[in-house]
Amino acid sequence: MSATMTAAHQGAPNGAALASATVLEIKGLVKEYSAGKPVLKGIDVAVPAEGITAIIGPSGTGKSTLIRCINRLVEPTSGSIRLHGAELTGLRGRNLRLARRRIGMVFQEYNLVERLTVMENVLSGRLGYVPLWRAWLRKYPEEDIQRAFMLLDAVGLPEHATRRADALSGGQRQRVGIARALMQRPEILLADEPTSSLDPRTAVEVLELLTRLTAAEGVPVIINIHNVDLAKRFARRIIGMSGGSVIFDGPPEELEQHHLRAIYGGEDWL
Amino acid sequence: MNSMTHDPVAPLRREWQRHTPAQRISRWMVWLVCVAAVVWAVRSIDIIPEFLADAPEQMADMLVRMWPPDIAHYYPAVHNAMIETLHIATLGTVFCFVLAIPLALMAARNVCTIKPLNVLAQLGLVASRSVNSLVWALLFVAIFGPGAAAGVFAIAFRSVGFVGKLLAEALEETNPGPREALRAAGAPWGAELLKGVWPQVQPAFWGIALFRWDINVRESAVLGLVGAGGIGLVLDDAINFFQWERVATVLLAILVVVLLAEIVVTRIRARLI
Repeated sequence: MSATMTAAHQGAPNGAALASATVLEIKGLVKEYSAGKPVLKGIDVAVPAEGITAIIGPSGTGKSTLIRCINRLVEPTSGSIRLHGAELTGLRGRNLRLARRRIGMVFQEYNLVERLTVMENVLSGRLGYVPLWRAWLRKYPEEDIQRAFMLLDAVGLPEHATRRADALSGGQRQRVGIARALMQRPEILLADEPTSSLDPRTAVEVLELLTRLTAAEGVPVIINIHNVDLAKRFARRIIGMSGGSVIFDGPPEELEQHHLRAIYGGEDWL
Repeated sequence: MNSMTHDPVAPLRREWQRHTPAQRISRWMVWLVCVAAVVWAVRSIDIIPEFLADAPEQMADMLVRMWPPDIAHYYPAVHNAMIETLHIATLGTVFCFVLAIPLALMAARNVCTIKPLNVLAQLGLVASRSVNSLVWALLFVAIFGPGAAAGVFAIAFRSVGFVGKLLAEALEETNPGPREALRAAGAPWGAELLKGVWPQVQPAFWGIALFRWDINVRESAVLGLVGAGGIGLVLDDAINFFQWERVATVLLAILVVVLLAEIVVTRIRARLI
């Protein structure tokens, strides 16, 4: 499956031909925060069913909005988003929650609950599954607890389970964030600038971890990232956005100087 | 130095003023209004000069009559009333939270997004604060008859506005990030509040609870003046019978309890944060 997919998405970024290898399909997505001023101007993207897809582009171009439209933290104005063929736009109430728990998310500012322990932060990835009384009494199912321990081992924080989240460093917090997202057993993982608050070395370590764990669990990733070099290094596919539109869509090898000039504008910085 | 005409950077000089002329005039107006208000207030309250003049004398006389305090009177009369006062303060605080938590959740604009409910809750909180606890006590004495029950309700209803406002503010100051993360994980609204918001407001919550209890100990000490139970009743009796030594005992007892409450609350609060 992976072979056909890599072959397929090189030429035709949004063709129906790769529907079989596509986990998420976005068509004609428009978002206007105020009427008549679209931030996203009709985005068409098909996200492959494995590997990392990186979205690059200047600040304010709608990368974050695009990613947040997928799990509906931001309400799209029009267009279609399909996860495994099921439409996500227009879902409400319980159906929206059921869809959201299939989509993991990692944030730039980690968004951990600072005053709770690392263990409880990881377990909070199950809040879409466990009943409220269990969460309240901290009686999570044994299976969840074992998986949380396993994920803490996997992200390299086995002995931090009982520490409070606010006692961790930035890199450690993001590792907890990744563990929390994987706790959902998501079908896709969204990462909104997950390394922008980290130093360069920690950023690489966190991305390596993210790549390794999501590959092991077979979870495709969409990642917003400022750093073009990191995007080229970790992503199998790069989507370049500028002014609310997709202007590059292809494998990292095909991303060249003139593309970057078109995405970011100017050339003095290159 | 150089005169202005020969100064080569003269064209680049700019004048910097902190306030525009309009701002300066309005600042003067504010001061003028303040002074006028004070003058008006002093003129209208009709201080009788003779009474003001012999106030130190009267004060000294009262202190002499209060000395020595009638310590023997403390047990059981004052003691039992003091315990009742503490019970009124504690029950009133607990009951006030039962009312204040739903109101605070309704008033916090990031928790309850229904505008009319925000306004309604704010209105309730303001109404509670706008009535003094003695006035609440008068109302509840009329309803329940004299006694501690009226005191508990008076304390609770007066505290709701204070506690509800502070809780609502604490809720509004929470970081929306963790909540967003839980929402993204598919958590229902209740779980979002329980795991994303409550841990953030928890220190503020206990701080407010202790602070209000501390205030309520002091407030419930005067409720007896209008018949709503507690040590105020004993104080009122002693004043009415001109038993100044007993008045001194009661005042000392209140002072000691308030001091102890203050110490306990400060200690616990230091550990919470």
